[in-house]
Amino acid sequence: MSVNMTKGQAISLEKRGGGSLSQVRMGLGWQAAPRRGLFGSRTREIDLDASAVLFAEKQPVDVVFFRHLVSDDGSVKHTGDNLVGGAGQGGDDEAILVDLERVPVHIDQIVFTVNSFTGQTFQEVQNAFCRIVDETNGQELARYTLDGGGNYTAQIMAKVHRVGSGWQMTALGNPANGRTFQDLMPAILPHL
Amino acid sequence: MTAELVRGQNHPLPETRLEIRVSAGHPVLAGAALGDEQGRVAGAEWIAHPGAPSLPGVDVPGGTAADHRLAVDLDAVPDAVHRVSVLLALTGPAARFGALAAPFVAVTGPDGTEIASYTITGLDTESAVVALELYRRQGAWKVRAMGQGYEGGLAALLGDQGLERPADLAATILATVAQDSAPAAPSHVPEPERVLHTAPPTAPDPAPAPPPPTPATGIGTGGPVDYSHPGRRTTPAQDSAPASEPRQAPPVPVAGDASGWSMDERLYNQVWGMFEDLARTAAAYRSACDFAESRLDRELDEALTDYRSRAGGANDAARAAARARHDELVERAREVLDRDLAQLAAESEVVEPALPIAYARWDNPVWHAYRVPAEEPMAVRLGDLHLPERTDLRIPMLVRLPLERGLWVDSGRGHSEAAGLLDEAELRRLALDCAVAHAARLLAAHPAGEFAVHLIDPAGAGAAALAPLVETGAAAPPARGAAGVSAALEQLTERVDLLQMALRSGATDALPPGLDTARQLLIVHDFPHGFDDRAVTRLRYLADEGPSVGVHLLMVAAREDAAAYGPLLDPLWRSLLRLTPVPDDHLADPWVGHAWSYEPPLVPPGSSILRQVLTQVASARHGKQA
Repeated sequence: MSVNMTKGQAISLEKRGGGSLSQVRMGLGWQAAPRRGLFGSRTREIDLDASAVLFAEKQPVDVVFFRHLVSDDGSVKHTGDNLVGGAGQGGDDEAILVDLERVPVHIDQIVFTVNSFTGQTFQEVQNAFCRIVDETNGQELARYTLDGGGNYTAQIMAKVHRVGSGWQMTALGNPANGRTFQDLMPAILPHL
Repeated sequence: MTAELVRGQNHPLPETRLEIRVSAGHPVLAGAALGDEQGRVAGAEWIAHPGAPSLPGVDVPGGTAADHRLAVDLDAVPDAVHRVSVLLALTGPAARFGALAAPFVAVTGPDGTEIASYTITGLDTESAVVALELYRRQGAWKVRAMGQGYEGGLAALLGDQGLERPADLAATILATVAQDSAPAAPSHVPEPERVLHTAPPTAPDPAPAPPPPTPATGIGTGGPVDYSHPGRRTTPAQDSAPASEPRQAPPVPVAGDASGWSMDERLYNQVWGMFEDLARTAAAYRSACDFAESRLDRELDEALTDYRSRAGGANDAARAAARARHDELVERAREVLDRDLAQLAAESEVVEPALPIAYARWDNPVWHAYRVPAEEPMAVRLGDLHLPERTDLRIPMLVRLPLERGLWVDSGRGHSEAAGLLDEAELRRLALDCAVAHAARLLAAHPAGEFAVHLIDPAGAGAAALAPLVETGAAAPPARGAAGVSAALEQLTERVDLLQMALRSGATDALPPGLDTARQLLIVHDFPHGFDDRAVTRLRYLADEGPSVGVHLLMVAAREDAAAYGPLLDPLWRSLLRLTPVPDDHLADPWVGHAWSYEPPLVPPGSSILRQVLTQVASARHGKQA
């Protein structure tokens, strides 16, 4: 079951049988730019980047992105930078794993973003999507289709935040512009 | 995929028709005991042995042999049986497992694929051992590596299984074997691939002591042996708890529970995993505390600047509320930290005793069973690391071999408090003792003749501390005086030159045939006394170029002593890994950069273990040369 979420929609990351989620993965996939002619390597590569920003009461405390692959506490891990994209078959080309049980107690929100590092807008990218998956059973919790998404280079995708003793996910789907997560900070703050 | 088990580890069994293969390298008797839910064997008829080789579901071979195969069909064993123990025993009058190669047992499926295997190491005067246990848990069967030895032999083992008059039964079994031992010995052709698994035969002890007539205290007397680890929590709860809440019970830590091709590599990776987990757990706790602190400051400031509330009691209330919020967050962070630390401490308690000599503390009993290794380990332990959050949780500081850079044991006062408490002479002596312990460990970790230690002690001031190395013959006497220093450096410099040239031109086969291929460690004491400029230059050359061709420095020096050289020596100090003879927090981890307190590995006071080990190293080297 995959939910194509609408902007601002919140879903609780609680399993149907009780017990809240323990591990989620943010996946990002896109299709590499088509190769042209002999000098295929000169084709403009498309590099999308996934980032996760950890907030404690609206202050950014830590960030996981391609230059800092594991949060200092080890609870959030980036599987590594992909510079060119994949075959566009629906697999994740970049992923961020979050072990919600190990997230430090003061961190109450984690915001996931997507940026186009090479500057192409989502209009120019083929088969791009981002999604949140329950890592324990592989079930897709939310999915956004990015391509055809207008003249933007970034998206503030979703956030997970503490509610009571568990976690809840809210889809944000807010388009923005920026090369890395730093450019997005002003756009992220209103969503906290 | 075979699971190589360590003592105490368990593994699920996917099949019920199994074969258990034993290869001991020496004729042994094999049997099986069928126990009930409490682990007790109801009577002698529940023991499968050469005199009664068949029981429902279990067939054991007759007689003694170096290789055995036991057939087990777990579907056929009676429902009351919850445990099948595989027993091995030696039959000779003064037999002891310690004088023989470590027995190897493997559990295989009907098609011969190995499911799990276990090499029973660490046996000494025992002459009977419970090798494996197959046990039923919630309808499924698992195997556990036991390796529980008995000095009192088969009788003590059977007594421990809950049998009455175990000595009579043991005598009966041994008598059966004695009758037909002659034809039984070669009954099974050893398989060639098994040979790979057996540990290298250890040299028999020069004078095998006869086993004591009575079992040692705690073994074979009283009730069943408690196999659970004293430090482990919730050992039985994990298996018997209802499966509805699997995340409630933290997994019981097991030594070697990491990926790797060998036990050595798995333990190495596990130690690094613990190191990283501790670093990150502490980082989470510290960042939560920092956040609570800064929020408290901010809220106190806000309360102070709010003029309207200053007059009334609202100000005090706001401050109290801010403090309460701070305390509540810190307490929650502490809870999480304590949970993680408890888990890591439990893991450390299991891992520490399982470490091989290269990784073990000097007080680990494994040193008393020291044998010169046949293979070089991945790393050696240069000390312990801990964080102020829990000072008794020590992570072994493992450094890969071959060493990438030289070592420097700092005998200077430095900045540490512990160093300030000692007088200068004590500190220097301690530093040299540490250096000797590091050198001894490096010598002990390498196979015979593959590591050599040279000493430079210009004034002879370190003679007492260096005695363990020199008197046992593990290292040649130290070079003395300016002439000695320059000769020792010259010899090593030439060696580095020669090897470098050969490597660069790809002509390693053109090296002189007599060249000793061992790695070299040069311990320099009392630097820079007795060093002229030429010798200092040579030393720097060795520090830079030596590691790539297996020539390493171990400096025992205080930086202040060499202050006359000015910044000239700065690159030398920077190129060396600084260790201290007293606890000091100068090492950072590669993940979050905490300052870790380093503790040098000290030989327990009064222990002669260093000399024992070095004597063995020296005699193994002479044995090889002869």
